[in-house]
Amino acid sequence: MKNAFIGSAIERREDLRFLRGRGEYVDDLKPDGLLYAVILRSSVAHGRIVSIDVSAALKIPGVHAVITAKDMPGGAPIVPMRLQPLPEFKPFEQPVIAHDKVRYVGEPLAVVIADSVAIGEDALEAIEIQIESLPAVADWHVAKRDQNLLFEGPGTNRSLTFNAVRGDADAAFVNAPYVRRETFRTGRHYGLTMEPRGVMAQWDAAKGLLTVSGAAKVPFFNRRILAKQIGLPEDSIEMIENDVGGGFGARGEFYPEDFLIPFAARQLNRPVKWIEDRRENLMAMNHAREAEVDVELACERDGTILALRGHAHVDMGAYMRTNGAVGARNIAQFMAGPYRIPNVKLDVSLWMTNKTPVGTYRGPGRFETDFFRERLLDLVAQDLGIDRVEFRRKNLVARSEMPYQIATISPYLHEDEYDSGDYQATLDRCLKEIGWSEKAKLAGRLIDGHYHGIAVGCFIEGGGAGPKETARLEINDDGSISVYIGSSAVGQGVETVFAQIAADALEIPLDRIRWVHHGSTTYVSDGYGAYHSRSVVMGGSALLDAANNFKAALSEEAAKRLGCDASEITIDEDKVSGAGKSLPLAAFAGLTREGAFLNKKHTYSYGAQAAHVAVDAKIGKVDILDYVVVQDAGRIINPLTLRGQVIGSLVQGLGGAFLENLVYDEQGQLLTGSLADYLLPTASDFPRLRAIVMDEHPSPINPLGAKGAGEGGMVGAGGVIANAVANALQSFNPDLRELPLTPTRVWEMTQKKA
Amino acid sequence: MPTNFEVNGKPVSVTVEARTTLADCLRHHLRLTGTHVGCEHGVCGACTVIVDGYAVRSCLMLTAQAEGTKVTTVEGLSNDEALTPLQASFRKHHALQCGFCTPGMITTAHALLSEEPDCDADRVRDVLSGNLCRCTGYISIVEAVLDARSAYKKPA
Ligand code: FES
Ligand code: FES
Repeated sequence: MKNAFIGSAIERREDLRFLRGRGEYVDDLKPDGLLYAVILRSSVAHGRIVSIDVSAALKIPGVHAVITAKDMPGGAPIVPMRLQPLPEFKPFEQPVIAHDKVRYVGEPLAVVIADSVAIGEDALEAIEIQIESLPAVADWHVAKRDQNLLFEGPGTNRSLTFNAVRGDADAAFVNAPYVRRETFRTGRHYGLTMEPRGVMAQWDAAKGLLTVSGAAKVPFFNRRILAKQIGLPEDSIEMIENDVGGGFGARGEFYPEDFLIPFAARQLNRPVKWIEDRRENLMAMNHAREAEVDVELACERDGTILALRGHAHVDMGAYMRTNGAVGARNIAQFMAGPYRIPNVKLDVSLWMTNKTPVGTYRGPGRFETDFFRERLLDLVAQDLGIDRVEFRRKNLVARSEMPYQIATISPYLHEDEYDSGDYQATLDRCLKEIGWSEKAKLAGRLIDGHYHGIAVGCFIEGGGAGPKETARLEINDDGSISVYIGSSAVGQGVETVFAQIAADALEIPLDRIRWVHHGSTTYVSDGYGAYHSRSVVMGGSALLDAANNFKAALSEEAAKRLGCDASEITIDEDKVSGAGKSLPLAAFAGLTREGAFLNKKHTYSYGAQAAHVAVDAKIGKVDILDYVVVQDAGRIINPLTLRGQVIGSLVQGLGGAFLENLVYDEQGQLLTGSLADYLLPTASDFPRLRAIVMDEHPSPINPLGAKGAGEGGMVGAGGVIANAVANALQSFNPDLRELPLTPTRVWEMTQKKA
Repeated sequence: MPTNFEVNGKPVSVTVEARTTLADCLRHHLRLTGTHVGCEHGVCGACTVIVDGYAVRSCLMLTAQAEGTKVTTVEGLSNDEALTPLQASFRKHHALQCGFCTPGMITTAHALLSEEPDCDADRVRDVLSGNLCRCTGYISIVEAVLDARSAYKKPA
């Protein structure tokens, strides 16, 4: 039988439980004897801890313990960096609980363990805490002065400066016929998941086994950290992935609570659960995006780009967290995007401030750079009197230039190249879909009180980070097949997608793939997880390898039993046949084989986005009349889920372009502490969006040909929206250099006529 | 003092602390964990249940206020064998990813379509705008609800 599940819009199997309210998220777990943890968090952005007195809290009936740094033998462990763990970052890593200083509002100070959350919250009030305030460093401009230091040791608030280099930008600028220099800024966002974070830990003293539920994203890595911190061998810890209510890069990194809760469970020898409330979530989950760049572009008069150089500054918050450097690094490496810019020199400085620490959020660094770059391209095209589409076309990396070497990053000396693709093709398709030539006539026109504008931008999305992923196949007692993968599920439909890949590889019906087990550390020997849009690329390729090993082993075993040669064996639905005889698959129950995929290179999916907007100048409101994303993902496993990824990430990007912003005052107090202040897109905000997914150019660097494609919609949104609004308001010559474009900002732009 | 009400067609009698919300009561006392809690301040809609026919945020309602009411949760809108037409439409249109907002979306949409089976796209968007979803971007959810309307129309 020949299968073609890959490429088909298969309805998801996980939906059957989610739609009936039968999902199992970490807060749905309630083992016997469960205790609840609540966390006392600093209300001061910067200060020295004088004393913490927990005696009154301990007297409250129902309170079992109040844990502070003092209770940790050897002091509070540090959370190490997972990605780019450079020695320069070491002094800036976060202890799991504050002991000498507090550095942001929301930093953990004490953990109360109680019979209920309500009792725990009562106990928080009873903890007496004295903090001597220090002047807050509330943004990178203040940090840069190095007057008030977050960390005395290193003597500066700058943890590092990344440099991206290609060619010789300074030389190219010397004789350039045209140069434009601009400053741009993006707001502070975060990968808000609808399910707040949660951890539940159980300690089985008899077996010496610590079980941690609520794992997500990178459970194997997190187990390694926890094992070291808590002093247990790795195989004495099991990380269990439950259903996860969204990831977006933020969830599933190792946070302080990922130590504090297991530590409490082991101390008390009772199951302990902690579920974050939304206010905590806003100040404890990784922030992202806040950056400013001073950038200049050099061109020939005909629009050929010669060079790009500049200096970006990223507001890192108070600590270098597990993946905190990724966004800044990506700003350095990807400012050029899909364009051929022969000379690049970009410095990106990371500034520590008294705010919630930074990590990744879907499309890290790319949302920012795409706004900076695409906005700059439109301004330059306007200066040079060149059509902005032609300008882009002229400078897109051509198919014949693949693989295309991009800027090299140091320190870290990371080289990378774009793997494959036809960037012109997605641009053409996008222009056609939006009806560019017709819509272009509307640019800047006032119709029924609305100014119309259009814009187009091109993007790339990196994915499929190595080094390795693992998968395993096993025959169940009833002859059906189970898939086990190290990749994690964070809502992207991996159970369905991996079943499709496995059924095709084994050439059996989809429903013979009974279970797809993912995420937990108990399933495969090693796994790396779900980040950098890597699940399908890495996990899918590992699954192909596992399927080959599995088929070989099954054929060999069946040949023995059927008395024929392994090459004669065929697998068909629920049986294996050879030499005119057959045996049910159930007869091989327990047969299992693992496979792996190793890869150091990245995949780059790519595309173009275009928008048609109408701006009501009186109230600063922007309506999106049409928005098209065209993305080529190399190989589409499931068009239904892929389109879902593109539209979902696009709307997150539109949130960043228009609404989302974490605002702090000068004392480092978070002013947006609820969902009524941190605004998210709703169902009525952006009703007209379209996603077109293509797979014309498979990736040459993995056997599936797939490319990571969970971020692209988001990556281009800020730049395209900014240019469309600027295009609409061209008669006002708007000063549009900052996101988000709140109604106030848009309205202000319309108040000064050019 | 116990609170007596009906959940998914069955009478219940619960004794909880006065400050217990209906959401917590459903989830932690009655163990109906399909109802989710995403904000506890009335913004996200994940905790939506149907009380006497109205879509209500169970995080903003105290258990005591449920006295004498009929409460329907997502579990009560499901049957054991096949998906209901509304659920099947969500699946067909890929109107859910992580599934966390889904129970609130289903209860909200069910309450809407039960009252207004002829509602148009703007009305659906308007009503659903009280429920946050971080994954889907909403387009598919609105399509799914519109596509399920026929199942709610009374036979002429
Ligand atoms: S939990 Fe009730 S509205 Fe968010
Ligand atoms: S499906 Fe994840 S929040 Fe809606």
